Amino acid sequence: MPRTIIDKIWENHVVTEENGTALLYIDRHLVHEVTSPQAFEGLRIAGRKVRRPELTFAVPDHNVPTTDRSRGIADPVSALQVDTLADNARHFGVTHFAMNDPRQGIVHVIAPEQGITLPGQTIVCGDSHTATHGAFGSLAFGIGTSEVEHVLATQTLAQSRPRTMEIRLVGQPPRGITPKDLILAVIGQIGAAGGTGYVIEFTGDPVRALSMEGRMTLCNMAIEAGARAGLVAPDATTFAYIKGRPYAPKGETWEKAVAAWKELPSDPGATYDKTVLVDVSALSPQVTWGTNPGQVVGVDGRVPDPESFSDAVVRDSARKALAYMGLTPGTPLAEIPVTRIFIGSCTNGRIEDLRAAARVAKGRKVAPGVSAMVVPGSGLVRTQAEQEGLHTIFLEAGFEWREPGCSMCLGMNPDQLAPFERCASTSNRNFEGRQGKNGRTHLVSPEMAAAAAVSGRFVDHRTLA
Amino acid sequence: MDAFVTLDALAAPLDRANVDTDAIIPKQFLKTIRRTGLGVALFYDWRYKDAPSDGRTEGLVPDPSFVLNDPRYKGARILLARENFGCGSSREHAPWALLDYGFRAIVAPSFADIFYNNCFKNGILPVVLPADHVDRLFREVAATPGYRLTIDLPSQKVLLPSKESFSFSIDPVRKNHLLEGLDEIGLAEKKAPLIEAYEKRRQEREPWLVPAAPGGR
Ligand code: SF4
Repeated sequence: MPRTIIDKIWENHVVTEENGTALLYIDRHLVHEVTSPQAFEGLRIAGRKVRRPELTFAVPDHNVPTTDRSRGIADPVSALQVDTLADNARHFGVTHFAMNDPRQGIVHVIAPEQGITLPGQTIVCGDSHTATHGAFGSLAFGIGTSEVEHVLATQTLAQSRPRTMEIRLVGQPPRGITPKDLILAVIGQIGAAGGTGYVIEFTGDPVRALSMEGRMTLCNMAIEAGARAGLVAPDATTFAYIKGRPYAPKGETWEKAVAAWKELPSDPGATYDKTVLVDVSALSPQVTWGTNPGQVVGVDGRVPDPESFSDAVVRDSARKALAYMGLTPGTPLAEIPVTRIFIGSCTNGRIEDLRAAARVAKGRKVAPGVSAMVVPGSGLVRTQAEQEGLHTIFLEAGFEWREPGCSMCLGMNPDQLAPFERCASTSNRNFEGRQGKNGRTHLVSPEMAAAAAVSGRFVDHRTLA
Repeated sequence: MDAFVTLDALAAPLDRANVDTDAIIPKQFLKTIRRTGLGVALFYDWRYKDAPSDGRTEGLVPDPSFVLNDPRYKGARILLARENFGCGSSREHAPWALLDYGFRAIVAPSFADIFYNNCFKNGILPVVLPADHVDRLFREVAATPGYRLTIDLPSQKVLLPSKESFSFSIDPVRKNHLLEGLDEIGLAEKKAPLIEAYEKRRQEREPWLVPAAPGGR
């Protein structure tokens, strides 16, 4: 029977199965400081070890300061969490990219960068955006802390087989439409819960045409459509990205691996539990107006009238969202002023994202009254950007140039919105209070964030060219 | 983990769709290295007037407009919710906070996957009912002070005060774990020989299972 890539990966990882629940083998376990301390504590209390420390990688990213780190972390509670991770990694023999390691960065940026993420793998992390790694054709999903402990102890997870969904992008995206616009449009179409219970495979020519960075942006936000995971079948683009990375297979093993990975794509005629077509041929750059990522329109659109939604729950959500966001129905998106800009996160903090933002920022100035920051996704992204001179472009334009980490994506460190501040953000969540209590987040692409920075409001970045 | 068999308790209604885990417990409280004591932080930004962003929990004034601050829902152990409850971040701090506050069951038309999973690991029963049934429960809770529900896991039923009942479905393995309060890690450890055999097979077939040493060739 023809199988999808999701079926193939799943079946290759079932250790044993009982009553529809599989014990699934986990190939890579990524760990960060926020969701792991209680799991390691559980191991210590029970006298357990980490079963496969060589398959486990730890990095602090959520709490780390993005300003000068030479004197450590000012907040003692954050510092304790980061120190606890270092201590646990040492005690249990897990590879650890410490805060001052040049390779440190957001867990979902550094694992691909280091060649830890490979096609055909099961990858988990106590973090919902683990979906990012699906860009390599792996089954990658977020888990809770109890499951982190389970994987640490047994290298397996009890899982029931997910349903499969194909999201096929059709049509040629217009010039200047980015991966972020594609995924926001997908979520706008299927809704913030449209993928619940499914693993999504993204297919179609617009997906094939994406770089690995673009595919990561796409898969990163599969969770924002409610899906457990999202993935893209591996191809020559994938192999070229991985080849030569520090933890990637080498020599003969590399050849063998690539041969195996070429068998992964879905067989012709394989069926999914659900298929959704998303026409991307008439998209304009996307901007969210509400408090979930599915509440989104094109920059040429207007803030919708909640009363225009027929579904009572959708209508009520829209009303609450507009009240929180301080927006009036009918306002053109292009008339909404912003005062904060955040370029970074595991969605859009990679080198291509910074290049894209720098192209827009180049030779321009951050608008008066706007404060803008660029936070590279990892130390290596930061170094590369500096080698390319991107930091000079940003600094000359009046952006801040920071150290890598999660930063204002969730504001666990000092990078936060003040109440009622309005922000154009390249991150993935516009939830109430996500970037700071009463902060107002609009999700956009790096190009749109840079355009908002220099304009003080949302403008179609293509008109600035 | 505590077992869950039946629960007869007061129900409290949280009438919003897409309640995310950032709202259930905001980031300030994720810095802890413990699982306990998070109940005071549940729904922090909605629950307290001028909730500070530093995560302080002393000296706060409850916001009377937030439903859980209504005295009639004091002691509620069942939370009625709307669709896609628990979406967003995977933080298990969300079920830890709900549990510490006193909730043992949540009834909603749908849940986000990771949150749903996390509930079971902590002895919380997430009950999925059709949207029109949930609607009716919302109406009845609003109309009837002291409204209680009985949730019976063995028979998979929610009993209403009217003696009517709504059936719900649940994965049999999860049901069993909850009924027995089982230690899942212990269960998986019993399968160690199978895991070892699997690892051996995989390593032979896919030697790249173990990452290459960085710097090697
Ligand atoms: S950048 Fe944001 S979404 Fe990504 S891992 Fe960090 S906090 Fe989570």
